Amino acid sequence: MSGRGRIVFSTTIMAVEFDGGVVIGADSRTTTGAYIANRVTDKLTFIHDHIFCCRSGSAADTQAIADVVNYQLSFHSIELDEPPLVQTAANLFKELCYRYREDLTAGIIVAGWDKRKGGQVYTVPMGGMIVRQSFSIGGSGSTYIYGYVDSSYKPGMTKEECLEFTANAISLAMERDGSSGGVIRLAAITEAGVERKVILGSELPRFTVS
Amino acid sequence: MVTGTSVLGVKFNGGVMIAADMLGSYGSLARFRSISRLMKVNDCTILGASGDYADYQYLKQVIEQMVIDEELLGDGHHYSPKAMHSWLTRVMYNRRTRMNPLWNTVVLGGFYNGESFLGYVDKLGVAYESPSIATGFGAYLAQPLMREVMETKPDLSRDEARQLIERCLKVLYYRDARSYNKFEIATVTEGGVEIEGPFSSETNWDIAHMVSGFE
Repeated sequence: MSGRGRIVFSTTIMAVEFDGGVVIGADSRTTTGAYIANRVTDKLTFIHDHIFCCRSGSAADTQAIADVVNYQLSFHSIELDEPPLVQTAANLFKELCYRYREDLTAGIIVAGWDKRKGGQVYTVPMGGMIVRQSFSIGGSGSTYIYGYVDSSYKPGMTKEECLEFTANAISLAMERDGSSGGVIRLAAITEAGVERKVILGSELPRFTVS
Repeated sequence: MVTGTSVLGVKFNGGVMIAADMLGSYGSLARFRSISRLMKVNDCTILGASGDYADYQYLKQVIEQMVIDEELLGDGHHYSPKAMHSWLTRVMYNRRTRMNPLWNTVVLGGFYNGESFLGYVDKLGVAYESPSIATGFGAYLAQPLMREVMETKPDLSRDEARQLIERCLKVLYYRDARSYNKFEIATVTEGGVEIEGPFSSETNWDIAHMVSGFE
């Protein structure tokens, strides 16, 4: 996924649903080949007041897509005179990612809260399919943590448990994936709004002694 | 891209049964373990797809809209399984000719005017009907099993069809590295469409005790 001259996020991204909202998280590394072009990237992107997306793949592609969806959704929301649904945002991503699948390298997780279905996580992997999941992981770093998330996830976790689960998972991925690193950016989205948090290098959850 | 493995289909006395596991693979990774690859088209037709899941979702969207549009015409007509199969064949062949295929192999089942229908269409636009159909790995492992049963007994009961399908799904789980032990079964009869699941096969690993070392 990385190439000389081509800026990519190889990345670890994650989102978890809980009763009342979602928790989203990502690492902060952007690479051009092996050089870290940005070590404090924000991959958690605002789409609407209660809807964010986590971006993995090509930085340029995902930024362009997010810009388009942001515009489309805010227009739609004004027409509707209502906050938009997470499912709507996710489907807008899907339409773009499926239509231009040959030209894009984008793996996106859309997560947020709406009045109709509460906290929701939708994943739009490369290829442009869409599926709702109770939690989702993505990016190159995600391969290293499938075992961890499968064994640690429990349905019905609280917001705090979800934050811990997400931070642990991303930390483990960052440890093993050369394309993920930096700080952990977290956000919790509920009816009340968005609460952002950053976990810096020194405070990262630690698992190995050496 | 995310892909689905085998789809099985078998005709029985009074209807047709289609089965597929609930896995979306991302290369060798068993990424999505609860996705449905079977859909109800209308009261007399069901469809199962293997191959690219995003292309299946696109097809599903188009077909569902077609069925709605037809309902809105209000002329009392519904797409027959054969008509749907014919349409799908044209779509798949056309996309193939434009060098932009829908990367799927589709199994279409139906019951219309007292007759069972079971058809196949793939990404090249190859299409045919048969009393039993299996895509992907199923073509190598399940089809011989299904044909063996149906050659001696062409008219299966619903239960016999179910047993045959479940036996085939078990073998596929044993031998297909991209399969998953969680599946759905769709049945279409005079009474309409039923999609049941998720189910899992009972597996037997006793032979493991009989093997030790490699010689």
